[in-house]
Amino acid sequence: MTEPVDLHAGRVAVFRRQDRLFHGVTQFFASIVFLTLFGILVSLGVEAYPSLSTFGMAFVWTDVWDAPDEKFGALIQIYGTLATSVIALLIAVPVSFGVALFLTETCPIWLRRPLGTAVELLAGIPSIVYGIWGLFVFAPLFAEHVQPHLQAAVGDIPVLRGLFAGAPMGIGILTAGLVLSLMVIPFVASVMRDVFETTPPVLKESAYGVGCTQWEVVTRIVLPYTRVGVIGGIMLGLGRALGETMAVTFVIGNANRITGSLFSPGTSIASTLANEFGEASPGLHLSSLFALGLVLFVITFLVLAASNWLIARGRAKAGR
Amino acid sequence: MMESATVELGSLAIALKVRNLNFFYGSFQGLKDINLDIAHRHVTAFIGPSGCGKSTLLRTFNRMYDLYPGQRAEGEILFQGKNLLDKKQDVNLVRAKIGMVFQKPTPFPMTIYDNIAFGVRLYENLSKSEMDARVEWALKKGALWNEVKDKLLQSGLSLSGGQQQRLCIARTIAVKPEIVLFDEPTSALDPISTAKIEELINELKHEYTIAIVTHNMQQAARISDFTAFMYLGDLVEFGRTDELFVKPKIVKTEEYITGRFG
Repeated sequence: MTEPVDLHAGRVAVFRRQDRLFHGVTQFFASIVFLTLFGILVSLGVEAYPSLSTFGMAFVWTDVWDAPDEKFGALIQIYGTLATSVIALLIAVPVSFGVALFLTETCPIWLRRPLGTAVELLAGIPSIVYGIWGLFVFAPLFAEHVQPHLQAAVGDIPVLRGLFAGAPMGIGILTAGLVLSLMVIPFVASVMRDVFETTPPVLKESAYGVGCTQWEVVTRIVLPYTRVGVIGGIMLGLGRALGETMAVTFVIGNANRITGSLFSPGTSIASTLANEFGEASPGLHLSSLFALGLVLFVITFLVLAASNWLIARGRAKAGR
Repeated sequence: MMESATVELGSLAIALKVRNLNFFYGSFQGLKDINLDIAHRHVTAFIGPSGCGKSTLLRTFNRMYDLYPGQRAEGEILFQGKNLLDKKQDVNLVRAKIGMVFQKPTPFPMTIYDNIAFGVRLYENLSKSEMDARVEWALKKGALWNEVKDKLLQSGLSLSGGQQQRLCIARTIAVKPEIVLFDEPTSALDPISTAKIEELINELKHEYTIAIVTHNMQQAARISDFTAFMYLGDLVEFGRTDELFVKPKIVKTEEYITGRFG
């Protein structure tokens, strides 16, 4: 009689050891994330220190990037990064919204799977392919068939004229933004599709039940219900746009200056890093490149914080 | 079987006339040649075992099946002289006239006030004070006003399950429908909330035509004037509730209401 009881106790001890091991292993993996983050921050800080101590906080708002003269400021790159990302999102968000809505609400069943797969495939194309395509295919077409017409259409309208001024070269801030938007759409669209699908059918039915049209159901019910996920998807896209290197480097023009025109070439943080790391001389130049990296890190962090704040505010507003 | 299923409503006005209704989920026939009349401002209950087609029938009344490809209905459902199943019929208008309350409470993700005002705004352009009055009216009809009048700007999701269901009823009433469809409205609720909803349905039948699907035979007996017993897509027996439950004409009905199957 006693033997099975002993056996049982032995097993429990084994289980307990297994559980403790499992706990320890998962904890170890999770802590690696923190250690890596911390390590990157520290090394960025250490390497960037010479530059930051020379230029101080003015590094962030100085629009000079002069390697021979050893004068460095990040404003040009910050402007290029933010401008291209904003353009990308302005285009990608409405388009992704449309794609996701079509896929979840109005698409015939037989088309749903192929179209969904196509969107996901688009996300799998390596960024360098987008870059080459942007430089050799898109930019010439854009310069010849779109830019002149844009300039003609805008004419003498005060602010817009400035935005689209300059020679239509094909490459520049606007082109980079457009190519980025293409790269971001599949990410944002597939996240949006996934979250739209989480809306309970019965909730939609009850909205249809009071006489809503499809548009009203989507804008008043589906979107508010899924706003957290939608914001998350947009921020994922923004994160990708901010950090995208190869494609942007190909089409942004890599000119270290800021002009008001979206047609003129510029540079972004990531493309400056890609262009100059190989040949930067140790010292202030290299250190300034590290400082640029730190700035990108901070921007990404701020974006993340902003999205969390948006989500928290949305929850408070909805009373949840 | 069909002949015995029809009932003489006598002098009562008819809100919905169902004629030769067949319903298909793809190739599966969910409803077989249904004929019945739903009496104006009375409660008609639909009972039967799971899968008998009672919810399916209810969902043809406001064309909810339209949302799902592969589902189709044939036959006629006459409402105010028009066939609801007609392709040309405006579905959104039908759904505003024939409201529906679902099995699970489904408050919209917005405030209590907006939950009520939402449907009204779709079809009517009311001033702020008119809307306030309408919201109060609907919440009173839904027997919820006293419980929520001080927290109209809180989320509808903050209410208890029973309150949420009454909010959904108030929301349906707010657009002033002719008919209210209830699809097992109390199956997710506790007994006290259930009693409140049943009381409410008793009140509402003076002004609205009500059709209710229920799993609970006692509930059908308590609140309905007419009862339809369905089995495997057929309408087996349809009659006055007191007659159907006391002396059913058909053996199958008797077996079901006495609990011998189902």
